[in-house]
Amino acid sequence: MDTARELDNRNRADDDAAKPLIDVEERSMQDTPYPEKTVGKPFVDAPKMKLRHVNVFYADNQAIHDVSLDIGKNEVISLIGPSGCGKSTFLRSLNRMNDTIDICRVKGELHLDDQDLYDPKLDVVELRARVGMVFQKPNPFPKSIYDNVAYGPRLHGLADKKYDLDEIVENSLRSAGLWNEVKDRLHSSGTGLSGGQQQRLCIARTIAVSPEVVLMDEPCSALDPIATAKIEELIDELSESYTIAIVTHSMQQAARVSHRTAYFHLGRLIEVNDTETVFTKPEHELTEAYITGRFG
Amino acid sequence: MDRMHFGQHSSSQFNEALESIRNHLMEMGGLVEKQVVDALEALLHADSALAEKVLTTEDRVDDLEIQIDEECARVLALRQPAASDLRLIIAVSKAVSDLERIGDESAKIAAMALQLAEDGESPRGYVEVRHIGNHVRNMLRDALDAFARFDADKAVEVAAEDSEVDLEYRSAMRALVTFMMEDPRAISRVLNIIWSLRALERIGDHARNIGEQVIFLVKGTDVRHISIDEMEKEVRKKD
Repeated sequence: MDTARELDNRNRADDDAAKPLIDVEERSMQDTPYPEKTVGKPFVDAPKMKLRHVNVFYADNQAIHDVSLDIGKNEVISLIGPSGCGKSTFLRSLNRMNDTIDICRVKGELHLDDQDLYDPKLDVVELRARVGMVFQKPNPFPKSIYDNVAYGPRLHGLADKKYDLDEIVENSLRSAGLWNEVKDRLHSSGTGLSGGQQQRLCIARTIAVSPEVVLMDEPCSALDPIATAKIEELIDELSESYTIAIVTHSMQQAARVSHRTAYFHLGRLIEVNDTETVFTKPEHELTEAYITGRFG
Repeated sequence: MDRMHFGQHSSSQFNEALESIRNHLMEMGGLVEKQVVDALEALLHADSALAEKVLTTEDRVDDLEIQIDEECARVLALRQPAASDLRLIIAVSKAVSDLERIGDESAKIAAMALQLAEDGESPRGYVEVRHIGNHVRNMLRDALDAFARFDADKAVEVAAEDSEVDLEYRSAMRALVTFMMEDPRAISRVLNIIWSLRALERIGDHARNIGEQVIFLVKGTDVRHISIDEMEKEVRKKD
């Protein structure tokens, strides 16, 4: 079992994040027509991830309808939309986290560089080392801070010697902005940290295996404003080295951290634009209605 | 993009706050429009009572400016408006400055009316004041209508009118300067007319600014400091 999958199982046991995706709510906005294709700028030059005609089904229920999107290298892209719009489902299909759900099927072309994500020969554990994930609730292993971060590198055999591993742990904790707070107690339990620290520990654990893309599923929704501000600052710094896709319910957070914003509505990708454009003059009516809080 | 299409916010308090800002802007617009009309009447008919009224309305206009700005700041702080709501707040808070300045210019005209009532009427210039005054007054009314109805096309018309007012102002200036050279005894009285015309021309500029804010509000494009042709192109672009 690989890190991400184990985490996901732990995470879902007490988290109903996967549930609303199936139970699509009736909304008064349903009368507004969907655009024939996504408006704005869904595609970029030389994308890190190239996703075309993605459809996701839960048994007979289609959760994602023909979504095409590029994620640029070192870009922070935020996925926003009302509950049940499919943004989390879409995010989870980017590192095959949906494989853990039996009734879930993903169709379409999903590529990380030239690698087909759904190639049957692809080692999913390898994939999840390249595309890491941070979850809504901080979920450190009940191990020491050091072992939490060292878990991935050990699993993937990234460090032969003790001092190599020490270096990876220190660098990861430094990148996650946690080193100064925990360097004197690396061997105390990760679960003893505060919520915000735990989430940064989880980010350190994710980046310890040097992923290329980091997926974040509402990483701040369980944190207070100060801890949230630290994570947001961190996202900005991490974007220098990593490509980041973040699902968030906080539109202000999307506005603060992301370069581009993608708006999902009932399983369709309505609009993708520069974040500034989305929050000042969105092109599509549905985006406008959601951004300004006019769903009723 | 028709804001009203989506009707109400999920938050009724937010609705009320936006509604209140719009109502106060319209109230302020109505007051200022009346000030302009009264100031013109006072000048043309040497009516000092009416001129005094223009000057007293000034306080109410100033109060409204402060009140609307406070309301805008409150919505920004408490609601973090986005998209068309954000543009509404920005457009309103800029438009109130222009309205307040129009009020100031009207007060200047009213002061000139008082002066002329005291010193005796000017021998020349009333035709020009009436003509440019009506023109500017209509511009202001159209700009406020455009704001109330989110009408970008009408806002472009206001901007186009402003160019005409500028031309009329320049030709009136030439005529009045010539007159002063011919009859130096009338200089001080004609100067009062010239200051009034100058104030009217400025009111036209402010009406144009309000129109530009309407275009920003409706279309999301900043059309300040560009030609009328470019402005029209921007407005038509997304239809």
